[in-house]
Amino acid sequence: MTRVTLEKITKRYASSGVHAVKDLSLTIEPGTLLCLLGPSGCGKTTTLKILAGLTEPDAGKVFFDSENVTSVKPERRGAVMVFQNHLLFPFMNVAENVGFGLRMRGEAPAKVQTKVREMLRLLQLDGMDKRKPSELSGGQRQRVSLARALVVRPRVLLLDEPLSNLDQHLRDEMRDLILRMKERLEVTTLFVTHDQQEAAVLSDRIALMFGGVIRQTGESRDFYERPAGLDVAAFFGNRNVVSGVKRGRKVETVLGTLSVSNLPDVPDGPVSVVVRPEAIEFGKTGENTFNVEVKRSVYMGTHIRHQVYFYDNEWDIVAPSGSAQPSAGEHIAIRLPPEKIWLIAQ
Amino acid sequence: MTRAAIVLIVVAVTGPALPLVVWSVSHGWWFPSVLPDGFSLRAWNYVFQSDAGVFTALFTSLGIAVAVTLITMLLGVPAGRALGMHSFPGRRAAEFLLLAPIIVPGLAVFMGVHIFFIRIGLVDTALGVIIAQLLPCLPYMTVIMSGVFANYEREAEQQARCLGARSFQVFLHITLPAIMPGIVTGGLFVFLVSWSQYVLTLLVGGGRVITLPLLLFSFAQSGDHAIAAALSLVFVLPAIVVLVVTSRYISGTSPALGGMGRI
Repeated sequence: MTRVTLEKITKRYASSGVHAVKDLSLTIEPGTLLCLLGPSGCGKTTTLKILAGLTEPDAGKVFFDSENVTSVKPERRGAVMVFQNHLLFPFMNVAENVGFGLRMRGEAPAKVQTKVREMLRLLQLDGMDKRKPSELSGGQRQRVSLARALVVRPRVLLLDEPLSNLDQHLRDEMRDLILRMKERLEVTTLFVTHDQQEAAVLSDRIALMFGGVIRQTGESRDFYERPAGLDVAAFFGNRNVVSGVKRGRKVETVLGTLSVSNLPDVPDGPVSVVVRPEAIEFGKTGENTFNVEVKRSVYMGTHIRHQVYFYDNEWDIVAPSGSAQPSAGEHIAIRLPPEKIWLIAQ
Repeated sequence: MTRAAIVLIVVAVTGPALPLVVWSVSHGWWFPSVLPDGFSLRAWNYVFQSDAGVFTALFTSLGIAVAVTLITMLLGVPAGRALGMHSFPGRRAAEFLLLAPIIVPGLAVFMGVHIFFIRIGLVDTALGVIIAQLLPCLPYMTVIMSGVFANYEREAEQQARCLGARSFQVFLHITLPAIMPGIVTGGLFVFLVSWSQYVLTLLVGGGRVITLPLLLFSFAQSGDHAIAAALSLVFVLPAIVVLVVTSRYISGTSPALGGMGRI
């Protein structure tokens, strides 16, 4: 298994001189899956191509274990990329596509055939050997593409949004398949996506990227519960923010005084208070309880999303759809549990 | 449907040649007679006679056309790739300059070429004719190839590389099969343009490089219709062979045709 290290990688676009990636440092532990998450155009794919050797960085180094591979050609690097658009070679059938990498390495035809067959079975593509890519469904194409990458036993697997062209149910299937493959073949994997849920489900760790710079790294839980900034919270779907002034374990806000038990490394002074929509409780009394007006309720199947309103602030509250629910226009009491409140220095 | 189209093409091409077949085996065929006066193999005997120079002209034509086709492939494929896949300063100007020889009337271009070739001593040689013919031929190849490359997925090459294919393997196994229909279509065009070139060969070759069209013109002017007809058939045959051999690439919905819209 290979440890991947990016050291202060910088890449500018030749045409505009704008940074695609700036001073990016990142480590992927051997055999783990790291998600590079970010909105489109944030430099994810550029980072991926630098890792694959398809793009040369202007500055910085790429290490596979202790080996500096920065100037190693893509065909000798052992980092195989699976593109968003499966990119199967249309004039080759499934078996020829999957065996391509092995043939290019000059492996004996019999050996190629054995390995291809084994990989096809692993990815539930038995009996498809002779089909042309045009005769496959979208999900099958993506599986063939994955098989073609895995059969050469890459040191590093690079996945560029492989799920984004698939239907929802195919996406779940493919996601499970990628997880199983990663565990079975123990390959260090970098997965690029713009979908924070996909990242949360798939990855051992997430690196969130904005504008060519890594904003926060951690496990998916960290991003939901301990976002490094309001932009991170917003990217993970949370707009429940109110400004306040922190003094010790208390925060003064327009809602009143909040008690906070979970004290991050934030100095006293102006702060942003962030609470997840699902952490807020209804109809409680006592500490950290406030009155808000319910503006709108949206039924989402497994849960209900309420938009509530107080002093020009609009917040979301998510509650399981089975429980008793307030209705629109109602004034209700909500409670912010002290341990679920997160503070960000302003 | 495809078969029908091919049959139609073959009929359309060979149909007008029917009177030529009759002429080539007739003794004489003058107004107002509906049928030729009599059957004669005089014309064909003459054509197959070794000292008539027909075979020499045939091979000269063939050699020049093949050489021109191969050279335009070598130059036109990379040029088409550059024009179709990359944007660089002066790309529009390069495209225009490339097309200029087929936009400007041929005779004007060829006169200029002739003067230039006299200075550098390329007139009256087959090499000179080949180089001169690149002028009207290269634009076809380049335009077709730039159309092919504009629709070409470059990431397929990147995919092949990171799977372990070296540069020449990528070209051989990925690029070449993908652009083959374009190369064949372009090659067919170029071959035919070169094959039927008259003015340019006459000017630059100075009457010393005798190709089939030159021979054909001289017989058509001399008034020996039977020999002119027989020669015409010899002239048309290789073109039909090339068309039939490559027809599977130019019928159907091959991406090579994408490039044609840009002419």
